[in-house]
Amino acid sequence: MKYKIGIPRALLYHKYHFFWEEFLRSLGQEIVVSPETNREIIGHGVNLAVDESCLSVKIYLGHVDYLKDKVDFVFIPRVVSLYKKENLCVKFMALNDIVRNTFDGLKILDYTTHVPTFRYDSLGLFLVGWQLTHNPFLILRAIKRAKKVQRDQQQKALVEQENRLKNRSDALRILIVAHPYTTYDAFLGTPIVNFLKKQEVELVFADVIKEEEARGLSKKISTDLYWTFNKELVGALEKYRKEVDGIIFIMTFPCGPDSLVINLCQNKINDLPIVVITLDELQGEAGLKTRLESFVDILKIRKGKKIQ
Amino acid sequence: MIDTSVKKISFPHMGNYFTAFEPLARLVAGEVIEPPPISKQTIELGYKHSPECVCVPFKYNLGNYIEALERGANILVQAGGGCRFGYYGEVQETILKKMGYKFEFLKLANSYSPITLAKDFRSLNPKLTYAKIFRTIVLTYLRLHCLDNLEDFVRKNIGFEKQKGEFEKIHKSFLQELLKTNSWLGVHKLRKKYTKIFHTIPIDKPTKPLRVGIVGELYVLMEPFSNFQIEKELAKKGIEVHRFVTVSSILHDCLDEIFFSRQLRKLIRESWPYLKFHLGAHGTESVAKTLELIKDGFDGIIHIKPFGCMPEVNAMSALHKISKDYEFPIIYFSFDAQSSETGIKTRLEAFYDMLTMKKRHDAK
Repeated sequence: MKYKIGIPRALLYHKYHFFWEEFLRSLGQEIVVSPETNREIIGHGVNLAVDESCLSVKIYLGHVDYLKDKVDFVFIPRVVSLYKKENLCVKFMALNDIVRNTFDGLKILDYTTHVPTFRYDSLGLFLVGWQLTHNPFLILRAIKRAKKVQRDQQQKALVEQENRLKNRSDALRILIVAHPYTTYDAFLGTPIVNFLKKQEVELVFADVIKEEEARGLSKKISTDLYWTFNKELVGALEKYRKEVDGIIFIMTFPCGPDSLVINLCQNKINDLPIVVITLDELQGEAGLKTRLESFVDILKIRKGKKIQ
Repeated sequence: MIDTSVKKISFPHMGNYFTAFEPLARLVAGEVIEPPPISKQTIELGYKHSPECVCVPFKYNLGNYIEALERGANILVQAGGGCRFGYYGEVQETILKKMGYKFEFLKLANSYSPITLAKDFRSLNPKLTYAKIFRTIVLTYLRLHCLDNLEDFVRKNIGFEKQKGEFEKIHKSFLQELLKTNSWLGVHKLRKKYTKIFHTIPIDKPTKPLRVGIVGELYVLMEPFSNFQIEKELAKKGIEVHRFVTVSSILHDCLDEIFFSRQLRKLIRESWPYLKFHLGAHGTESVAKTLELIKDGFDGIIHIKPFGCMPEVNAMSALHKISKDYEFPIIYFSFDAQSSETGIKTRLEAFYDMLTMKKRHDAK
């Protein structure tokens, strides 16, 4: 059977979109991805969500709202943990139930990744596939292909970033520490990234890194950290900090894990200028630009002094 | 190795639980320092040094730590688990070290089984025997049980006392006596004695008073200062207040989950069709309890949480739907360091008026 399956372009889509798209496409399904985040989507999301949800969840609900009438199923994987003794933010755990309670009668396609109970997420994926097609070989092939595509794309991004790091130029280099769903979102991260690029700043992204390496390195800054994504970001911070001139943290208001982790990093990193940018749905562009501009100016002056 | 004679241990307040946990702390250090009772100053200190978006228990705990350090404590203890709570320890330690205090920080994150707890204590103070640790853990448990049991009775009846202030007076003397009782049998006798005394206080209870359940996040539920004495406010209006979360109930749930792992499944089954999965930390229980209370014929539910509490915000989307489906009054409060007391009182009053009107309307 061929279905129309919608994937909201928010949260983990920005990390796993190659994987999910390839998986569903290999099963012969039609994929509808919601458009880049815009004012309208955010508006709907803010109206639908509980006031105190973080901005990322509000955006997610906005995307689901866009998709709900256009597709047969909405694909909402539930990722609880990826490694032993580690968690993700509880938002990812509850996303499924939040969506189900917000939209009546929405058909959801879900699977759970939770390491202590299901050692491999393949079982969950297999059951998702089973709802769409009853051919087990097709499903297994789809899983295999999807994993390969995801691995290749991650490797590609990594090589690109490493090449950029090797070619030392005089330009300022800034590390952006933020979750992929903040950095690559058209409403949240993209304006910041574009503005910095216009200022001729070279950007390094903390989410592009080998996961095992990052998780090992993160121990140097924080021993107790148990949120997998934050652990990877902190590891990347440790790895790249010697090669950059400044660090920009971007968090959405009020992100739970970030509120603590960023504070810890600010207290433990004393040799680099740091700016923390908190985004919410009411942000004004002018204020943001002024802050970024002055930060870049500070870095330029600091670098000039160092060379002398 | 720790020299127990000079070590001064302290841990943050939560309700009256300092009384219950005091013997456990005494195992590790010679002196237990009680932080001053939570006041405006505590929260201001905590607020000043905390990250801005963090939930309010972090700020209270930090305030407690600073005040305890000022009093000379040099070992601090933080528990952990669940959502952000498990990471409190490390961040608080970094903040306090940066402020220039010298101390040792003990993190008990995720070790709630008595066996790991005993090992933790042995590593701090090798002179301890397992027998003594066992005895103290049981004593702590008995104290907890006694405290929770009697406080539950007080909560349900304090609004109906004939002579104002009597419950509070006896409750205070009970706490003082409990702190001095150090044997299993002593605690048991104390519990019997005070149950009798509490039962003899004259009360004037209507046959069917308004019953309100309080659900939500653990810390703000159990620390009356952080929720602006919401329970007392309700009791003053003659409402029977039911709260189900106590430290002993949490301990019971945790042990049940560790040894039989059936607690979660039960909760999720109870909250179907609103929940299909676990919401994280205490969120699932809030939803399950709400459904249970509605079926029990309660008049209203109050849901409280610190601002931005992740699991409870997750639960709220389900609670909104339940409230709509059952046409049942639920009011939501979220507390931060700068919530205003008058605002909360006004909303509470309006809620109370609505409940009485609804009850009168339903009776007709």
